Amino acid sequence: MIEIMDVHKSFGPLEVLKGINLTVEKGEVVSVIGGSGSGKSTLLTCINGLEPINSGRILVDGVEVHAKSTDLNKLRRKIGIVFQQFNAFPHLTVLENVTLAPRKVLRMSKAEAEEIAVTQLTHVGLADKLAVYPGRLSGGQQQRMSIARALAMSPAYMLFDEVTSALDPQLVGEVLDTLKLLADDGMTMICVTHEMTFARDVSDRVAFFHKGILAEIAPPDQFFTAPQHPEAQAFLSNVR
Amino acid sequence: MFNYTFQWRQAFQKLPLLLDGALVTLQIALLSMAMGIALAVLLAVARNSKSRWATGPATVWVEVARNTPALFQIYMAHFGLGSFGIHLSPYVALLAGITFNNAGYLAETFRGALRAIPGTQMRAARSLGMPPVQAFRLVVMPQMFRIAFLPTTNQMVWAILMTSLGVTVGMNTDLAGITQDINVRSFRTFEIFALAAVIYYLIAKAVTLGARLMASRLFRY
Repeated sequence: MIEIMDVHKSFGPLEVLKGINLTVEKGEVVSVIGGSGSGKSTLLTCINGLEPINSGRILVDGVEVHAKSTDLNKLRRKIGIVFQQFNAFPHLTVLENVTLAPRKVLRMSKAEAEEIAVTQLTHVGLADKLAVYPGRLSGGQQQRMSIARALAMSPAYMLFDEVTSALDPQLVGEVLDTLKLLADDGMTMICVTHEMTFARDVSDRVAFFHKGILAEIAPPDQFFTAPQHPEAQAFLSNVR
Repeated sequence: MFNYTFQWRQAFQKLPLLLDGALVTLQIALLSMAMGIALAVLLAVARNSKSRWATGPATVWVEVARNTPALFQIYMAHFGLGSFGIHLSPYVALLAGITFNNAGYLAETFRGALRAIPGTQMRAARSLGMPPVQAFRLVVMPQMFRIAFLPTTNQMVWAILMTSLGVTVGMNTDLAGITQDINVRSFRTFEIFALAAVIYYLIAKAVTLGARLMASRLFRY
């Protein structure tokens, strides 16, 4: 369970999160939508401790992320994150990208890590690209590799930060399909996204961010048919 | 005005001696590069750090190494430290001086390379649970070495040529030292220096070629 309690976060004078409260249950898929600069991506990097917060608390399975005593490196093993810009490691092959953390962080043997990596890469449809360097892959393939790389750590939670935003339109589908499979498998996911169809079809709840505030949160059928917050209504009429 | 008689045979008779010296030259260059690269990585990281205690000393090192003559740096290692009772042999002083110089130049090369690597690489590595040093070593550093590879090769050639400054601190076992030794005994100045120059040239070329070969094996992406 991820519990976000009254989280405030500023970059210098700019307050990007103004008291966020959100609880994500095990097995739940929450889509986070909203305009750019609404703070939704920042929230994800706060959850895995890549960004510090100014006040409030974030608990992952009861462990306070920003407590000094928390071993972030250990905590991050169970929180996978995939970024907008893929962040493939260019100097490693697809297989090496995926086996790196299991081998070096979890200290798995090479064979063991490769077995897991091949399973994950097969899952995302990259079984024939194991020995290829990321530079030779399309954006969609790189992004699927990044998803496999995060999954190889067997995380309990997956955070997706606009994972289709940097892709050509025809490549968006293949990545979303991967996310759908994952959601069907029961993975707990928070997806920051601009893909309204995905948010509607896959998520259990949709969270609408506006200027650093969680303005509305509701099941997708409710949110998309009858949004309550005026900003949510305006946002939806614009993206449709 | 021009009645010098070339005596190449005399020079060529000394070839085995010169080649022995060439080995010492190559050894000093390689050692000074290995240590220089290791130090330069630390200096580059220190220069990029937010702590003044790290940036200060690193900046002084880089500034002195890059903006004073290499000859003075070697002098300082031999005679300068000697003033304080620290007596380094010519070999060690030469090695220390060139290492100091290499580290200073390479630190700037590496720092530039580090800037060329997106910060998101580090974030991605950290988000997989890697501690900072491990993330740097496994993800950032290999990319840094690739970007910095050609300038590093240049520094290697420069290091080989810098070893010849050792004669000024009494180094007499490297190529320059042996050349000078033979010269003062035989007075076949032109021939012996010309031959030594050819050997320097060949070593430098061989190293450059070797580096290219290594690059094509290491950097396949």
